[in-house]
Amino acid sequence: MTNSPMISFIVTLGPELFLLLFIAALFLVSICRRETEKTEWIAWTSLVGVLIAFAGLGSQGMFFADAYRVDGLSQFFKLAIAVGFCITVFNGKKLPGVEPFKRTDYYLMLALSTWGLMLLASAVELMTMFIALEISSYSLYSLISLRKGDKPAAEAAIKYILFGAAATAISLFGLSFILACAHTSYLGELTGKISMDCPIAMIGTTMFLISFFYKLALFPFHFWCPDVYTGATNETAAFVATLPKLGAVVALIRITNLVLPGVAMTDVLAILAALSMTYGNLAALAQKDVKRILGYSGVAHAGYVLMGLVAGTASGLAAAAFYGLAYVFMNLTCFWVIARISPTGENLELEDLSGMYKYAPAYALALAVGAFALVGMPPTMGFTGKLFLFTSLWGHGYDWLVILGAINTAFSIFYYLNLVRYAYTREAQSPRTIDLSPGARLTALGLAGIVLVLGCIPSSVYQTALAATRSIWGV
Amino acid sequence: MTLTSLIVFPLAVSFLLAWLRNDRTIRLVTLAAGFVEMALAFPLIGFDIHATGFQFVEQVPWVPQWGLSYYLGIDGISLLMILLTILLLPLCVLCSWNYIGKRVKEFHICMLLMIAVCIGVFAALDMVLFYVFWEAMLVPMFLIIAVWGGPRRKYASIKFIVYTLAASTLLLVAIIAFYFQTGTFAIPVIMESEFSFRFQFWAFLALALAFAVKVPMFPFHTWLPAAHVEAPTAGSVLLASVLLKMGTYGFLRFCLPMTPDASVYFAPLMIAISIASIIYGGLVALGQKDMKKLIAYSSVAHMGFVTLGIFVFTTRGIEGAVFQMLNHGITTGALFMLVGAIYERTHSREIADNLGLAKYLPAYIGFFGLFSMSSLGFPGTNSFVGEALVLIGAFQNNVIVGALAIPGAMLAAAYMLRLLQKLAWGAPSAGKELPDLDRREWAYILPLAVLVLYLGLAPTLTRLTIDASIPKTIKRVQTVLQDKRPDLVTHMSVSIPMSRQGVQ
Repeated sequence: MTNSPMISFIVTLGPELFLLLFIAALFLVSICRRETEKTEWIAWTSLVGVLIAFAGLGSQGMFFADAYRVDGLSQFFKLAIAVGFCITVFNGKKLPGVEPFKRTDYYLMLALSTWGLMLLASAVELMTMFIALEISSYSLYSLISLRKGDKPAAEAAIKYILFGAAATAISLFGLSFILACAHTSYLGELTGKISMDCPIAMIGTTMFLISFFYKLALFPFHFWCPDVYTGATNETAAFVATLPKLGAVVALIRITNLVLPGVAMTDVLAILAALSMTYGNLAALAQKDVKRILGYSGVAHAGYVLMGLVAGTASGLAAAAFYGLAYVFMNLTCFWVIARISPTGENLELEDLSGMYKYAPAYALALAVGAFALVGMPPTMGFTGKLFLFTSLWGHGYDWLVILGAINTAFSIFYYLNLVRYAYTREAQSPRTIDLSPGARLTALGLAGIVLVLGCIPSSVYQTALAATRSIWGV
Repeated sequence: MTLTSLIVFPLAVSFLLAWLRNDRTIRLVTLAAGFVEMALAFPLIGFDIHATGFQFVEQVPWVPQWGLSYYLGIDGISLLMILLTILLLPLCVLCSWNYIGKRVKEFHICMLLMIAVCIGVFAALDMVLFYVFWEAMLVPMFLIIAVWGGPRRKYASIKFIVYTLAASTLLLVAIIAFYFQTGTFAIPVIMESEFSFRFQFWAFLALALAFAVKVPMFPFHTWLPAAHVEAPTAGSVLLASVLLKMGTYGFLRFCLPMTPDASVYFAPLMIAISIASIIYGGLVALGQKDMKKLIAYSSVAHMGFVTLGIFVFTTRGIEGAVFQMLNHGITTGALFMLVGAIYERTHSREIADNLGLAKYLPAYIGFFGLFSMSSLGFPGTNSFVGEALVLIGAFQNNVIVGALAIPGAMLAAAYMLRLLQKLAWGAPSAGKELPDLDRREWAYILPLAVLVLYLGLAPTLTRLTIDASIPKTIKRVQTVLQDKRPDLVTHMSVSIPMSRQGVQ
């Protein structure tokens, strides 16, 4: 059994290794390019990734000089990321917004970014986290500008890069503060060292978090978000809107966890959460473009997720993880419909949703479920997630944030409702040609079904999330 | 499993409808589902009206980590509301038979969903489960108004959902706060728990806001006329008969037992708002030209009587309040159906366009007269019993409160008789060519007419059903009042023959 460590290495790091192989394969296909690319296999292969990630749920271990930790938390998020990746790849099967010969490159970048996010889920050392985050970001920078002959796409990419670069720089600067004060970059050793006794480290940590706030599109680091969504193709926007946020959530869970009980820091998070949800919801009220609406709604949801981190307890972090997962499903449901309704890849205005109930009842239903889930209406995942978040935060000195969160839900009704209202109560001005293949419709209903079923029966997923967050304390 | 089957069956049928194509089949299937639902409700006949606890209890863990459970059970108050809801399903299908021409399938799916979640609201004994049903009801109602409503449906539907959802978001916060005080979401446990006055103060405000908008009480009522007027007939009926009851049901189930100190503290305010609703609703109804609007504003007044009855804290008052909840559901529902029936004929709801119908539509006016009489609380009809009980309760509480409520009852006579007089004996503006009620219309009006007379002439059984649930509701308010208003406490004892403890 000489090779058993090798085997256990492969098994434990299965999801990442699979994705790495996948990336290599895509790279090979990409350089041996022929004009008529078959891309079907990519989608189906990504499904294998989900199975591998599922099989790896219970894995544990420390790797690479203890900078890389495979535990319940990382595996939970890797599975979520794998599922999200699989859905986005299926979502982009037709990819109308990108020239045919760029398609393999598109998937290559997508996979690379996903790989970075998976590394981020396991990274327990600040430098490793930083690099993982950059891997996931760089490929996205190029993805966003990939839109066919489109100026706004270039603008969006530039905005994303510049904001990203600034956030990165601040993070790196913060990292140097932490190193200077605590003399270590391992999260495990940092525990307890970042407190009010060492203000420089506190400031450094806050600065280091900015990169993740930026990924999460948290106010005031959100300026790129609506522009990037509108500039990128619908399929890319679906990816940018969901998976990087999961990565940010897992990193924030790991980092904020070690700062507690640093009260000053929690206050900052609470205020950011409050501002983010209020600003996001109010700004979304004025939007007409569907992707901008979802963009600002993303800013608001970043605020909601942060509530769980403010609570800081195992149940709070589990609530944040659950809500992150819920957000991915709700958002992907909406984006799936948007990508199907817009087969030529153009951006949709609210008007374009008119009459959807008639020509595409399955999509209309899925969009309605997605929108009502984003509002937080029962019995969807959105409601259950919010219930967990509110419940976990109540009684920790931030009751005002819970009340504000509830009031914010009321703000948000109007614009989410608009999506449903246009789809269900308006008549179409002119008939639209849309993708009505049975597979696409079934997937839409399937996604909506997940949002509903996990909303009604959240117990097992929540249990997994709870076990996952407890794993970072080694309980 | 009785209660679960009542909730699951309409859901299952709504799922089945999605596969049907023919409009007529869809209507027939939904109608049949209404009767099957009634058959499923048959075991409820085993309800013990003398038992004070919750009955037909079902409890299954739901999210054990948070102590959430799927927990159902009913007492007398919820039993009556559930029976009313079930009765309305076939009637609503019948009254929309010709009225709903487009997207028939979706309409019936929405109605079935409404019925299912409304039963859920009245049966839920877990606070979060209650909230789930409470909110889930908004979606089908929103669609019913927004898709099948009148010309201003967009405005009305958005106003409806924004008002009610905004108010009930704080309800969720209150529920979470209760959870942290008691460690459970189970309503029967929380009803028995003690809370500090400070906590009760805020919890009451959060709960009362959600319920007051739903009722709706005076300054929060503005969504109601818009929603009623624009909704299709069946929508108005469900809105008036079931949805508004959720608000007053909430006061009875949550505010009085869980926040007794705050309830007593706020009672003068609530009584004042109730009286304001009665007078305001009556006065505005008096000035309406649109029949549906008139009835909508009369709802504000009638529901004012219900909240008045609740917050006078006497047994008679609460008896009357629950009675009026039932009565308003029957009478106002029937009036909306009759307005819908005449609208199908003349395509106008203006009073001026429907004058002098008595000569050509005798049956129609006969029913309209009966329900008008019921609406204004004429002796022998159901509302007389309810209003009389509420007024007795009000006088028991305070002579001034009682005296202030009296003009409301008189206003009801004024606006309903004015409407009836014009419709029946005005110079005919419509009529000759109009057909009288057909068999289908008889089928949905007659049961309600029978109920009006039954409840008016033989109210004892219903009163007994309510009575057993009252001690549980006001027991704690009673302890609070012991020091402050010992005179009231004498009016709070309920004599229940053969008092027995039910399943807790």
